[in-house]
Amino acid sequence: MKKILILLAVVTAFTACKSGSKKKGTDEKSAKTEISLSAAGSTFAGPFYKTAFKKYFDLTGVQTSYGLTGSGAGIRSLKDRVVDFCGSDAFLSDTEAAQMPAPVVHVATCSGAVDIAFNVPGIDSIKLDQEVLADIFLGKITNWNDAKLKAINPGVKFPDLAISVVHRSDGSGTTFIFSDYMSKISKEWKDQIGVGKSLNWPVGMGAKGNPGVAGIISSTVGSIGYIGSDYAFAQKISFALLKNAAGNYIAPTIAAVSAAGKGDMPADTRIMETNSTAPDAYPISGFTWIILYKEQAYNGRSLEQAQATVKLIDWMLDPAAQGIAKELKYAPLPDKVVQIDKAILRTVTYNGKPILK
Amino acid sequence: MNNSDKITKYFLFAGSFLILIVAGGMVYSLVGGAIPAFHKFGWHFITSTNWNPTEGRESYGAMPFIAGTMITSVLALLISIPMAFSTSLFVSEYFRKTPVASVLSTLVDLLAGIPSIVYGLWGFYTLRPVIMHLGLSPQGFGVFTSGIILAIMIIPYATSLSNEIIVMVPNELKEAAYSLGATRMEVIFNVIVPNARSGIVASYILAFGRALGETMAVTMLIGNANKVPHSLFDTGNTMASVIANQFGEADGLKLSSLIAIGLLLFVITALVNTAGKFIIKKLS
Repeated sequence: MKKILILLAVVTAFTACKSGSKKKGTDEKSAKTEISLSAAGSTFAGPFYKTAFKKYFDLTGVQTSYGLTGSGAGIRSLKDRVVDFCGSDAFLSDTEAAQMPAPVVHVATCSGAVDIAFNVPGIDSIKLDQEVLADIFLGKITNWNDAKLKAINPGVKFPDLAISVVHRSDGSGTTFIFSDYMSKISKEWKDQIGVGKSLNWPVGMGAKGNPGVAGIISSTVGSIGYIGSDYAFAQKISFALLKNAAGNYIAPTIAAVSAAGKGDMPADTRIMETNSTAPDAYPISGFTWIILYKEQAYNGRSLEQAQATVKLIDWMLDPAAQGIAKELKYAPLPDKVVQIDKAILRTVTYNGKPILK
Repeated sequence: MNNSDKITKYFLFAGSFLILIVAGGMVYSLVGGAIPAFHKFGWHFITSTNWNPTEGRESYGAMPFIAGTMITSVLALLISIPMAFSTSLFVSEYFRKTPVASVLSTLVDLLAGIPSIVYGLWGFYTLRPVIMHLGLSPQGFGVFTSGIILAIMIIPYATSLSNEIIVMVPNELKEAAYSLGATRMEVIFNVIVPNARSGIVASYILAFGRALGETMAVTMLIGNANKVPHSLFDTGNTMASVIANQFGEADGLKLSSLIAIGLLLFVITALVNTAGKFIIKKLS
């Protein structure tokens, strides 16, 4: 008995020692490293942010980790103050903003298209009008050889194949943009389902994040879903041309997204640009935002941390960063939006004093 | 009592007391978190099949997930019982104490060590295409696919305990039966199974409990559709996987509803275990 107790004591002492020394080691290490930022949110803007933050690290040595959690979880993390800022493709409504512990600001970083991506063997391109799109996602059109689909796609040979709708299972800004558009084009959608980051889907199956939806579409014959342009491009998934408000069938190109974003921009950048009336605009386009607290002195954050946060976001508006967005199939911000963004960033303070001059 | 005995006693007492406190704390925080959901929806929360997280139209009901969890777990148990039972007999009766039996039982135990995510990946890339190819379901996700994966995952839990129980059936009984001219089959079903009944049932209940709470592999395969599945090949969702999917962004009423689902899962698992204990008592 005694032996066991002694053994136990030795083991405990040993592990205590070991974990103690280990902790000390990491503390020393973190003291040495430069300022690092953490952020989470939108998977839609994920490819842009990941690439841009890496570039920024090469330029300045400031490391930014970005978690692809989905916009909903990103906003939640910002609310819990566990990240420096979050990425979201859905702006906070007035009620949501009021629920945050402190005032926040939205900085638009780029705009992008939500592609209607599909996987039907032998078919590279289809056209969808508002009615057919709504019917597919409402579960009323269930087979690819439906007469309505054939009518707007003369010459395309549709197989007898069940349609599998894929949507997001997590709270998503991509879903928000998509449902915002659907509510504008279909009264039935508006009444039955509405707009939101997560929805009560009448049909289909859910997958986590843009990468999850893209993965299921590329591996499932007969599937259709909505994903950010870069995901469709990177995984070589076919996308549909959509009939816009002016009646033209438009592909989700950078030019078509830019055309949708030419309208007026409010001073807080909170605007949806779906269903644009411009003749060459892609209808499911949307801005994506970085959201951060207006007052950066919270949770014992240092002035350096706050400065690094704002400087990074300021750099995201730079032509260099906007060029990265363009390479990744996002539409860069128009100049007037950059000016509005910069004005917003100048209102961000540390202990009441503006951080940027 | 000498000193070391005393120390051991207090040590053990403190240890078990700590576990009680942790368990009590979990129940306390689950109930506390679930109160807003039950306050808002009442018992309707359990029976409602409507899960609507849309801002401004929020309404939460747990039935789709309760149904999904129960259907996948029962299906998994039904699929795994024949495999687990024959494995147990193979290892503990037919090839008892032979190298081939020890290899097989080691392999089965190894199944328990495979991480859930690996089962999920295997299901996604191997099992799902097979289901699609067979034409059972157009997209390969759903209750049936999840049930098969769960069945494989719980086999080690179902076999390991029943192996030990079957080995423990007294040899005298078996020999007596053989000497009366019983065939091997008759010995198995008239001597071994009745003797080992409570242990076998207990191990299946243990396995069922495992299936109820399994998360990752099921999330990857069930299709995450928040509705009661219409058929075995339809998509659905389970209690554990809806929590895993939506916990990150949830707050307010939705968070409370997810915690309430966690509480229900806790209660269901506790009921299953109690029922198991009761059955064992009755049978033995």
